[in-house]
Amino acid sequence: MTTALNRKLTRDIWHMRGQILAVAIVIASGVAMLVMSLGTMQSLDETARAYYERYGFAQVFATVKRAPERLARKIGKIPGVQAVETRIFEFAILDIAGFEEPLLGSIVSIPEQGEPLLNRLALRAGRLVAPGRPDEVVISEPFALAHSLTPGDRVGAILNGHWRNLEIVGIALSPEFVYAIGPGALMPDDKRFGILWMGREALAAAFDLDGAFNDVSLSLMRGAQPQEVIDRLDQILARHGGIGAIERADQISNWFLMNEIEQMRTMSAILPTIFLAVAAFLTNMILARLIATEREEIGLLKAFGYSNWAVAWHYIKLVFAMAGIGILLGWGVGYWLGLINTRLYAENFDFPFLYYRPSPAVFIVVALISLAVAMLGALGSVRHAAALPPAVAMRPPAPPAYSRTWFSLILARWFDQPTRIVIRQILRWPVRSFLTTAGIAMSVAVMITALQWVDAINRMIDVNFQQAQRQDVSVGLVESRSSEILREFARLPGVLTVEPFRAVAARLRAGSRHKRIAIEGVPNTPRLNLVYDTSERPVSVSPGGLVMSTKLAEVLGVGRGDMITVEVLEDRRPVFEVPVMDLFETYIGTPVYMEIGTLNRVMRERPAIDGAHLLVDPTAMPALFRALKKTPKVSGVLLRRAVIDTFEETMGKLLLVFVSFFAGFAATLAVGTTYNSARIALSERGRDLATLRVLGFSRAEVSYILLGEVAILTLLAMPLGCLAGYGLVAWVITNAFDTELFRLPLIIEDSTYGYAVLLGLAASIVTAALVRMRIDRLDLIAVLKTRE
Amino acid sequence: MATLPGVSGRGPAGEATASGVTSMASTGTSSEDPRKFALRVRGVTKVYRTDSLEVLALRGVDLDMLVSELIVLVGPSGSGKSTLLNILGGLDQPTAGQVLFGDLDLASCGEAALTRYRRDHVGFVFQFYNLIPSLTAEENVALVTEISRDPMDPGEALSLVGLEERRNHFPAQLSGGEQQRVAIARAIAKRPAILLCDEPTGALDSRTGVRVLEAIERVNKVLGTTTALITHNAGIADMADRVLSFADGRIAEVRENTRKRPAKEIAW
Repeated sequence: MTTALNRKLTRDIWHMRGQILAVAIVIASGVAMLVMSLGTMQSLDETARAYYERYGFAQVFATVKRAPERLARKIGKIPGVQAVETRIFEFAILDIAGFEEPLLGSIVSIPEQGEPLLNRLALRAGRLVAPGRPDEVVISEPFALAHSLTPGDRVGAILNGHWRNLEIVGIALSPEFVYAIGPGALMPDDKRFGILWMGREALAAAFDLDGAFNDVSLSLMRGAQPQEVIDRLDQILARHGGIGAIERADQISNWFLMNEIEQMRTMSAILPTIFLAVAAFLTNMILARLIATEREEIGLLKAFGYSNWAVAWHYIKLVFAMAGIGILLGWGVGYWLGLINTRLYAENFDFPFLYYRPSPAVFIVVALISLAVAMLGALGSVRHAAALPPAVAMRPPAPPAYSRTWFSLILARWFDQPTRIVIRQILRWPVRSFLTTAGIAMSVAVMITALQWVDAINRMIDVNFQQAQRQDVSVGLVESRSSEILREFARLPGVLTVEPFRAVAARLRAGSRHKRIAIEGVPNTPRLNLVYDTSERPVSVSPGGLVMSTKLAEVLGVGRGDMITVEVLEDRRPVFEVPVMDLFETYIGTPVYMEIGTLNRVMRERPAIDGAHLLVDPTAMPALFRALKKTPKVSGVLLRRAVIDTFEETMGKLLLVFVSFFAGFAATLAVGTTYNSARIALSERGRDLATLRVLGFSRAEVSYILLGEVAILTLLAMPLGCLAGYGLVAWVITNAFDTELFRLPLIIEDSTYGYAVLLGLAASIVTAALVRMRIDRLDLIAVLKTRE
Repeated sequence: MATLPGVSGRGPAGEATASGVTSMASTGTSSEDPRKFALRVRGVTKVYRTDSLEVLALRGVDLDMLVSELIVLVGPSGSGKSTLLNILGGLDQPTAGQVLFGDLDLASCGEAALTRYRRDHVGFVFQFYNLIPSLTAEENVALVTEISRDPMDPGEALSLVGLEERRNHFPAQLSGGEQQRVAIARAIAKRPAILLCDEPTGALDSRTGVRVLEAIERVNKVLGTTTALITHNAGIADMADRVLSFADGRIAEVRENTRKRPAKEIAW
C-alpha cells in the first residue's frame, strides 16, 4: 500500500542504504552461519542415517579371539537381538606395486554367496567375490582412488604370514568405514590404510578359523536396550577371548562422524549468537539515531492524528526491512556455504551418496530468530518513538548535558580541543561506546577462534609426534610373541634402536566407574615412544602400578595413589589391583601405561611383546620396507612421518576453507560496527564538523574529530578482542573439543593475535575511510543558517 | 554594470572619508594604498544550477570594504546578501568576478587556500551560535586559538564579550545570548581581518540581542575588525558605517550613516 508513510519509509531506506546494508550484512553473517551449520549438520545426519539404514549398519560390535560358529545361534537368542553377523576381521600388511612403504589393511570377511546381513557393501564398481575364488577381493573406494586401482588390478597381502596375490573384483564403501581410520592413526590416510573384503571361506582358511569367527555384529529390535544386550553378549563371548562389546555410539567411524556433527552444533550455538547480538546492537543504534533526527516529524505525525501504534509500526517496518535484507542475503550465502562445507566433509567421510537438502524449517527458524533479535534491538527506540508526546516531539531535544569533572581537568591538561571533543563524546554515551568497542572486539575474537585451530593443531603435532615420539617406524605383530623377537627386529636393515611395547585389553574399575581400554606395557624409561606430559615433561613408568592420562583419571574419577581394579580381557583374564602411580596430561586419547615387566608378571606369562618402535637410519628405509613386507609376523607398520604428513595435509585443506570463511564473517562484524558508528557520529556531529570547517579547520583536522572516536574505540577493541578471543576459544574447546579421543590445546600464538588484530584494524580503517569521504560533502553554508 | 556601489567608511586610522555613493573610477584609492581595503569585490556573479533550473543569486556585485568598517547587509530573503557573505567568507566561490583579499583572489583559490583564508583571516558568527556542545565556553574559544597564528588568550576574548566568569560553562549551561557572545569571542580570538555575522541576533530577544550587538560593536571598535553583518532588523542598520540594501541579486542602495547609533540605544 503506497500510503504517504510507506513512501517515507522507502525513501528513508534508500537514504540510509549504507547503514542498513551494514547491519544487514552482520545479520546475513549470523544467518549464513546458522544456515550453513544447521544445513551441514542436517545433511550429514540425514546422509548417515539413510546410509546406515539402507546398508544395515550394525548396532553392537564385538571382537573375540576365536569363537565357534554355533555361538551365533546362542547370540541370536539374546532378547532384543534382531540379526547376527559373524565375521573374520584381521589386519594385514599390503603391498601395492610401485609403492615402497608397507601398507596396512583391514581384512573383513563377506559371505561368498549373497550379501551380508549387516554392514552391507555399497558397491561402486565391479562385483562382490564369487564362491570358490579364494583370491578375489573387494577393496575400499578411497584406497582404490589413492592408488588408482580398478577391478582387474592386483594387490599383494601377507595373510597370517603367507604372501598372497589377490585380484580386485570390486570397489565398495561400507557404513562401517565412513571414517576409515587405521589403528594408531589420527585421521584417515587413504594411501596407507585400506579395507579388503574377502570371501568368508577363503579368509577362514588363511587364518585357521574354519567353523569359527573372531568378530560379530548385531542389529537390535526396536526398543531394545543396547547395554543389556552387550552384557549378555560379553558373558557369552568371555570364554572365547571376548574383550568386550561396544555399541554403535562407540564404533570408531561412527564416533568420529557423530562427534563432528556435535562440534558443529556447539559452533552453531555460539558463533551466530555473537553476530546476532552485534546486529541487535547496531539496529538499536541506527534506530535510536533515526528517531532522534525525526523527532519533529514524529510530533507532526501525531499532531495530524497518527496513533502511537501507527508511528511504532512505521519504524518496526524499517527494522523488518533491514532484517529482511540480511535474512535473504544470509539464506543465499548460507545455502551456498553449506553446500561447500558438506562437500568438504564428504571428502573426509566416505559416503556413497550425499543429501544436501536443508529443510525449509531451517530457513524459517533462522529467519524468525534473526527477526526477533533485530526487533529486540529496536524495541527501546521504537517504544520511545511511540511514547513521544506530540508537543514534546516538536521541540528540539534538550542539549546533551556535559559537565566538568575531575576528568575534565585531566583532559584539559593533556589534550587539545579536538581530542577533548572526541573523548567527551565517548564518555557521554558510555554504553554505546562500549558496545561499539565490543562489536569490533568480537570480530577480532571470531578471527582468533578460527586461527587458533592452526596453533592448536601445530601444538598437538609438535608435542605428540615431534617431542613425545622419537621412533621412525612402529611395527605391530599379528599376535603377542616372546620378547626374543626383539633381536630379530634389531637385525632388520638400518634399525638403530628397538623398543618393545605390549598392549593388553582390560577393563579398569574404580568404584562404580569402569572403562575398557588397552594397557600399554612400556620400558621403565622409554627412549623412543615417550610417556610425555603436555608440559613437555617425559614421565617414567615405575614398576608396580599404572601411569595414567589425566583424561582417563577423570573418566574413572581417580587420582594419584588411588587403587584400580584391572580385569584383563585376554588369555587367562587375570584380575588384580594396582595403584595409580602418576598422572600425565595428553592431547590425544586416554592412554594408560604399565611397566612392561610388571605387566608380564601380572599376566602370569613369559616376557611377551605386541610390537616394537624402531629408530631407523633414513638411508636404509627402502631396504627396511622390503624386509618388513616379507616378515610374516608383522601385522602393521606405522610411519611417524606419514602420520604427520597426512594430518597436516588434511587439516591444512580444511583449515584454509574454514579460516577464510571466518575471516569473511569476522570482517563483516568490524565493517558493520565501524560503519554505523562512524555514520552516526557524522549524523550527530555533522553540524559541528561543518562549523569547524567554516572556522577554518582543514578536512584532515575535521576527519580527526569524526574518526577519532571510532579510532579510539577500535584501538580499545583490540586488546578486548584478544581477551574475548581467548575466552571464546577456551569456551569452544571445553565444550566441543574436550573428548576422550582428543583435546585441542588452548594455545594461542602471538602471531594469531597479530593477524586477528590486523584484520580487525584493516576492516575498520577501510570502512572509516568510506565514511571519511563524506566530509568532503559537508554543507558548509547550510550550517550557518540551520538550527540543529 | 547598472549599479556601482562605492566605497565609503573610515580608513585604518579611523578618520571619516567623505565619499558617499561614487563611481568606481572616482574611488581611486585602490592603487594608492591597497591595505586600506579589507576586501574588494569586483563584478561578482553567482549562479546556482540545479538540473534544468538556473538561479541567479548575485548579478554583478562590486564592493570595497574598508579596514575596520562595519557594514550591515539588509534585504528580503533571496536577495543575495547571504550568498555574498558566504563568498566573502571563503565558503563559496563566485561563478564570475573577483574577490580580492590583498593579492589573493578568493574566486580562483583552491579548497586548501580557502580553508587557510578562513582559518587565518575570517571570524564567523552564526545565527544559531554553533558552539561545540562538548566543549566549555573557554574551550570553544581555544578550539580556534589553537590553530591560529597570532591568537589572543581565550580568556581575553571572553572578557571582551563580558563572559569571563562563565568560561567553564558548557553551552547547555548558557543562555542563548551568552552562547552567541561566546561565539563572537570564538570568532574574534584569532584576531581576524574580517568578522562575518549572519543574523547574529535572529534567535534572540531584544534585550539579549542588544548585548550581542554591543559585543560586536566593541570588537569592531577595540580591534578594528572589518565587520559585515546580515540582519532582517532595520533598527540594527543604524549601528553601521554603511548599510547595503540588497534586492534581486544586486546592491540596490547604499546608505551611509553619518551618525552611528550605539548598539545599546537600539531596540526592537
